[in-house]
Amino acid sequence: MPITSRHLLGLEGVPKEDIQLILDTATTFREVLDRPIKRVPTLQGKTIVNLFFESSTRTRISFELAERRLSADVVNFAVAGSSVAKGETLKDTARNIEAMKIDMVVVRHSSPGAALFLSRVVNANVINAGDGTHEHPTQALLDMYTIREKFGKLEGLHVCIVGDISHSRVALSNIYGLQIMGATVSVCGPKTLIPKDIEKLGVRVYYNVEEAIRNTDILNVLRIQLERQDRSFFPSTREYHNYFGITKEKLEKAVKPITIMHPGPINRDVEISADVADGENSVILQQVLNGVAVRMAVLYLLGTGEGK
Amino acid sequence: MKILLKNGHIIEPHSGLDLLADILIVDGIIEKIGTKISVGASIQKYELDGKIVAPGFMDMHVHLREPGYEHKETIETGLAAAASGGFSAVCCMPNTNPPIDDASVVKYIKEKAAKVKNGLVDVFPVAAATKGREGNELSPMMELAEAGAVAFSDDGSPIENSEVMKRAMEYADMVGKIIIQHPEDRSLTKGGVMNEGFVSTSIGLPPMPAIAEEIMIMRDVMIAEYANTRYHAAHISTAGSVEIIRQAKKRGLKVTCEVTPHHFTLTEEVVRSFDTNTKMNPPLRTQEDIEAIKAGLKDGTIDVIASDHAPHSFDEKEVEFLEAPFGIVGLETALGLAVTELVHPKILSINQLIEKFSINPRKILNLPVIKISMGEKANLTIIDTEKEWRVDVSKFKSKSKNSPFNGRILKGKSCGIINSGIFCL
Repeated sequence: MPITSRHLLGLEGVPKEDIQLILDTATTFREVLDRPIKRVPTLQGKTIVNLFFESSTRTRISFELAERRLSADVVNFAVAGSSVAKGETLKDTARNIEAMKIDMVVVRHSSPGAALFLSRVVNANVINAGDGTHEHPTQALLDMYTIREKFGKLEGLHVCIVGDISHSRVALSNIYGLQIMGATVSVCGPKTLIPKDIEKLGVRVYYNVEEAIRNTDILNVLRIQLERQDRSFFPSTREYHNYFGITKEKLEKAVKPITIMHPGPINRDVEISADVADGENSVILQQVLNGVAVRMAVLYLLGTGEGK
Repeated sequence: MKILLKNGHIIEPHSGLDLLADILIVDGIIEKIGTKISVGASIQKYELDGKIVAPGFMDMHVHLREPGYEHKETIETGLAAAASGGFSAVCCMPNTNPPIDDASVVKYIKEKAAKVKNGLVDVFPVAAATKGREGNELSPMMELAEAGAVAFSDDGSPIENSEVMKRAMEYADMVGKIIIQHPEDRSLTKGGVMNEGFVSTSIGLPPMPAIAEEIMIMRDVMIAEYANTRYHAAHISTAGSVEIIRQAKKRGLKVTCEVTPHHFTLTEEVVRSFDTNTKMNPPLRTQEDIEAIKAGLKDGTIDVIASDHAPHSFDEKEVEFLEAPFGIVGLETALGLAVTELVHPKILSINQLIEKFSINPRKILNLPVIKISMGEKANLTIIDTEKEWRVDVSKFKSKSKNSPFNGRILKGKSCGIINSGIFCL
């Protein structure tokens, strides 16, 4: 069964079957990553450009590794010193690159909707690697893969996302993806970082971590974006850590062991204490490894698919 | 030149005129109104078949973009769009470059406008309330008024400082002019591009809460009450704003407001498309806000319909949503949308429509109200309320095509204006 779309722009409204297919396909590629030679010829002859308009380490390396392990030709683009720095528009940049016969575009951009915009102006398959505060679908897919790997399922599980929900593309993609797959999602954070009307998306809202984790199976801890502090969303990182930081002490009050996830990069001892990040229930590094497999699956399905 | 309009449904609410008749116009003056006026064969005759003949419509909120942004619109193309949309008069906003904060700019615009089709569309500049539209020092209002400015506004930007606002209202009042405020508390809308609520949360676009508009109107109403001056809120968009104005009017304050057609037609739901032609300031709101606006139009809380015609070039809008400028063109769809959304669903009568497009804007600006009677200058808008048409931006006279209404079917259209002795069909 092929994937139903030509692009991966977000998880909102994606059919359950597509997510299932991506996760199942990722299982196959996950095995490849354990082989001595971690390379398959699947996308040989395809050219993929990584268009990163925002700095990124983990996501960019993860995509690049996934592309190379599928034997695609890879071109990297970074904004500094590029034509964008000279004032070129996103549309012109993309169309010029596409004129060089590119098959797929992986895009990271600060503007919500940028990936959708690109999909309207170029013919290549577009994969959203994070568009501002909108979506980051491959992150949510790798989160779901990691959960499924540990629990053997997604349906019926309870995932709580803690932190800056207002400015998080990871939160939004996780909410959409997990709900489609039958999991329950709640969010927790200071009221100033919870976007208006989010409960209408079917998530429960907590302002108290201990209450939030009482019945949850998984905690997905978001990075506190210290660069936003100029607008004073909370009084200090000290106060944030004391009341919203995930610590061993707070976790001990939960009824069951809670699996800890984090999309990285971590601010140690701000949103998460070091012992929790490195503790036995943390799957943070598995997330990173699984990210390569999930991105291989997405690239493979879109690159070889006949989706509309 | 003589023109005979045959069988027009003449409606002029100001003098209570409502009859089916012919109008004979000689050299731009209404010579005769009556049934079966017979004239020689040499006269231009137009059979109106009962179409409505109303006093000339005015769009009191238009960005003509000249001087400074002629790639978006020029006075010539803007006025062509106005004529095509059924407006024989427009007020142009001061966020030009240089801004209209100097009498020379007022004169430049008026002189240039008078040459477009021999003055078919009257242009009434709204000058800046503060120098450079920066919100700090008052503009030379007396001089600007003498040059022809009809009101003062920093439109595009709010007048944020309360003391400056109070002084601007007092000074303008002395000149007999009104302050038009772009109501927005910018400390609440920083970085925002759409209404705050479920949709902004669902698609991750930075939000602008309704209260940003309401707080500013509330403050301004209090200042106007204290200073005992008039006050006009531009393009109100929320249920809360309607209610604040309603209460202010009930208390007898000299407060007026306008609404745009897009704010009573579209909701924030259309922003889910990330189409930059759905990005405007104030942003599109919710269905509840639309209902409140319609109620406000009906009960007279909202005095005026104005388009906030904001042209931007194709390339300026063909960018990421955050990067795109705010605003849409409106001159050529305003009347059609108002008839479709308000008159046919019986929210407004034709008389009320004429009040909001012709009489009230002129009253607010202290301009003479247009009358249809013998000896008066012919300043008319002719409307076919039954005409169905499809909006096609490629046919717009405006230089810019940034409209979210392209392809939409509307019922109701202007079929011409007459002004300054010129008939534009």
